[in-house]
Amino acid sequence: MKTKNNFSLQYIFINYALYIIMALMILAIGMMSPKFFSLRVLRDILMQSSTRIIVAMGCMYILVSGSADLSGGRTVGLAAVIAGSLAQKSDYYIKFWPNLPEMPLIVPIFAAILIGLIIGLSNGFVTAKLKVPSFLATLSVMMVAYGANQLYCNKAPNNSQPLGGFLKTFSELGTGSFLNIPYIVYIAIFVCIFQFILLTKTCLGREIFACGSNQEAARVSGINVFKIQMVTFALAGACYGLAGCLEAARTGSATSNYGNGYEMDAIASCIVGGCSMTGGVGNVFGVFIGVLIFNIINYGLTFIGLSSYWQWVVKGLIIIVAVSLDMRKYNKEN
Amino acid sequence: MKDPEYILEMKNISKSFPGVKALDQVDFFVRPGKVHALMGENGAGKSTLMKCVFGMYHPDEGKIIIDGQTISIINPRDALDHGIAMIHQELQSIRTRSAMENIWVGRIPYNQIFGVRWVDDKKLYNDTKALFNDLEISIDPYAKAGTLSSSQCQMLEIARAVSYNAKIIIMDEPTSSLTETETELLFRIIHKLTAKGVAIIYISHKIDEILKISQEVSIMRDGKIIGTWPSDELNTDLIVKRMVGREMNNRFPAKSHQPKESICLEIRHFTSANRHSFQDISFSVRHGEIFGIGGLVGAQRTELVESIFGLRKISNGELLINGNPVLIHSPEDAIQSNMALLTEERRASGIIPRFSVMENVVLTKQTANKAYYKKGLFLDNNKRSADAAHYVQAFSIKTPSIKTEIRYLSGGNQQKTVLARWMLINPEILILDEPTRGIDVGTKFEIYSLMEKMAGEGKTIIMISSEMPELLGMSDRIAVMCEGHLSGILDGPTATDEKVMYLASSYKHEEEVLNK
Repeated sequence: MKTKNNFSLQYIFINYALYIIMALMILAIGMMSPKFFSLRVLRDILMQSSTRIIVAMGCMYILVSGSADLSGGRTVGLAAVIAGSLAQKSDYYIKFWPNLPEMPLIVPIFAAILIGLIIGLSNGFVTAKLKVPSFLATLSVMMVAYGANQLYCNKAPNNSQPLGGFLKTFSELGTGSFLNIPYIVYIAIFVCIFQFILLTKTCLGREIFACGSNQEAARVSGINVFKIQMVTFALAGACYGLAGCLEAARTGSATSNYGNGYEMDAIASCIVGGCSMTGGVGNVFGVFIGVLIFNIINYGLTFIGLSSYWQWVVKGLIIIVAVSLDMRKYNKEN
Repeated sequence: MKDPEYILEMKNISKSFPGVKALDQVDFFVRPGKVHALMGENGAGKSTLMKCVFGMYHPDEGKIIIDGQTISIINPRDALDHGIAMIHQELQSIRTRSAMENIWVGRIPYNQIFGVRWVDDKKLYNDTKALFNDLEISIDPYAKAGTLSSSQCQMLEIARAVSYNAKIIIMDEPTSSLTETETELLFRIIHKLTAKGVAIIYISHKIDEILKISQEVSIMRDGKIIGTWPSDELNTDLIVKRMVGREMNNRFPAKSHQPKESICLEIRHFTSANRHSFQDISFSVRHGEIFGIGGLVGAQRTELVESIFGLRKISNGELLINGNPVLIHSPEDAIQSNMALLTEERRASGIIPRFSVMENVVLTKQTANKAYYKKGLFLDNNKRSADAAHYVQAFSIKTPSIKTEIRYLSGGNQQKTVLARWMLINPEILILDEPTRGIDVGTKFEIYSLMEKMAGEGKTIIMISSEMPELLGMSDRIAVMCEGHLSGILDGPTATDEKVMYLASSYKHEEEVLNK
């Protein structure tokens, strides 16, 4: 903090690296294929990003509170299958629950969020009560969730086939739109706004940050660290559950492999968006942009005809660049 | 030029750390085949001096002469090569490896076959067994260090130091975790070593031990050696007097408060759930009293107050506030009972580094009293800022703004910010654990004034302090702890450095001191 060179190029570059990277990427893709600058592309990217944004938001709660969460992806998968199994038409030839009537839309949504909450609370219990490090706690819970999912899918008459034949109202939730903007984009934005308010404007939010920044000091100051960890894992689980339900609705199908690897993308987006692996730092808008960057890569590289394998290379490089710039910012301040 | 009289000569050694002159032109001489004790209060510079010998620190000036040869010791490896071994105060065993590997770590015996070094397990075991037999230590060489008790680990450290066949062995508080029988064993080992001509530098706070085992005693105070005397010319009183011997300046606000008669906080038979920690502590503190707790490092004072505050578990004991028994299982319970605790480790358990000064100040209040800062569903930032600004001004906390992250503030200002956090909930009982450690004199005075003011308002203050002048200057009464026991409670006006040091060194002498 020695000089006030707020307007120097270096300062701008280090502090707004994320946005500069995104702008450069869009520009580069756009120059190769000008059709990239269209409303339809924007709509597609937003639509593909929306479930990822919700998963990343869930993951952000955990990172801010100072833990790690590897269970996100498999929770999405389990929630997708459960939501899907409760949202099938009665005349579908392999209806998962043949004897159940067609149910209103609220049932699968509610069931998905509930299963997410249960997994989240399990993560919280294992981490906060049994004192298993969160990395391992969520890894184990993730395995249990995946196993449970496969067992569930294998139930007769489904026998591990992909679920399909969803009710129109359910599919409409994932594919329909209002004012040409998909419903799920509204939902994702709503989740972001809710989270922004919760984390910055409420007592609970500040306690989550305090625990993440210095858990011992938070404890001494009278914060119930156990409660905070349970709440953050529950909130994260609810996000994953909702995302799973929307993923099934959007794609019109669900298998036990849904959500595979989402947790890593979510962690990467959070980190690129400015969260710290050591906790106590992060903002919703940064994470939102972080998710968009990865989805622009996904979509954009396919758009200009590059092999999808390149996406992985580019994603990895982006993380390195973003985080190393962030570390430089931190060192500058000291 | 070989001087047969001394095996180690340290001449004119000085060492500074930022803000402190830890060693100031120290001269220190050790004879072969003798036990040379080094004594002094906490922070007198004993460990620093020994770390210079062992190559962990490099003196800013002065020279170290071993066997008549001036040498510079670059690192511990180098010190070992020069025949200097050290038993550290903090145990440093590798918990997941066996006892024998811990002893020979860095020089494990091996056979070289085809250019590859294979561990010679047989020799490793036999060497360890021989060493243990020689020292009469009964530890299984295969036992993992993590499964050993702290006293066994200490014996392991001693065995390791002996195994280097060193000419000089430095023992820094070797008996702090040993039982009496093990201490006897250590003394037998020391006699064997000195008979072979090994010099022992023995650091300890335990005066009885020193008088028993050593032939010479050097006493340090404020980074200087006060003098060296043959042990048989010394007694406990003389040692304590020479260790303390400093005058008191006017560094404290005038005492204006008067403790009331009524008892605010009482603990009865407090015993830690950790059996190596404090045992059966009882005392009561009155309204408007400043109650000091003195003792040496390892006396379990922090553990005691953290247990009172619900941060640690107790296995036995009762806590009464204003005569009513209270159960405290967590800091939240303590805060609900109007207690506050300023912890010893400001960075580890005080500040929330990524929070602004404002958020650090309001943290406890907004957690303990959820309704207070609420405007509708959300936090009222105007009210939070106003409260924080009030304390920034009242405590003259130097910060560019209340929005500045606390990690950019100096130690003293961080301390005042954390103190403000507790003042905001207006506690009835304020526990301060080393409240002025590492902060400047001006800020110290401000903190003392605040304590004086609170006591005047009838609040109860418990203060742990390792700084003798602070303890004597501020306390109405002083409880002194030694190795987890309460060795005595002294009245402030009649307490002296000597009495405190006496009680802190051994909890058996209570009556003797009080009768003086």
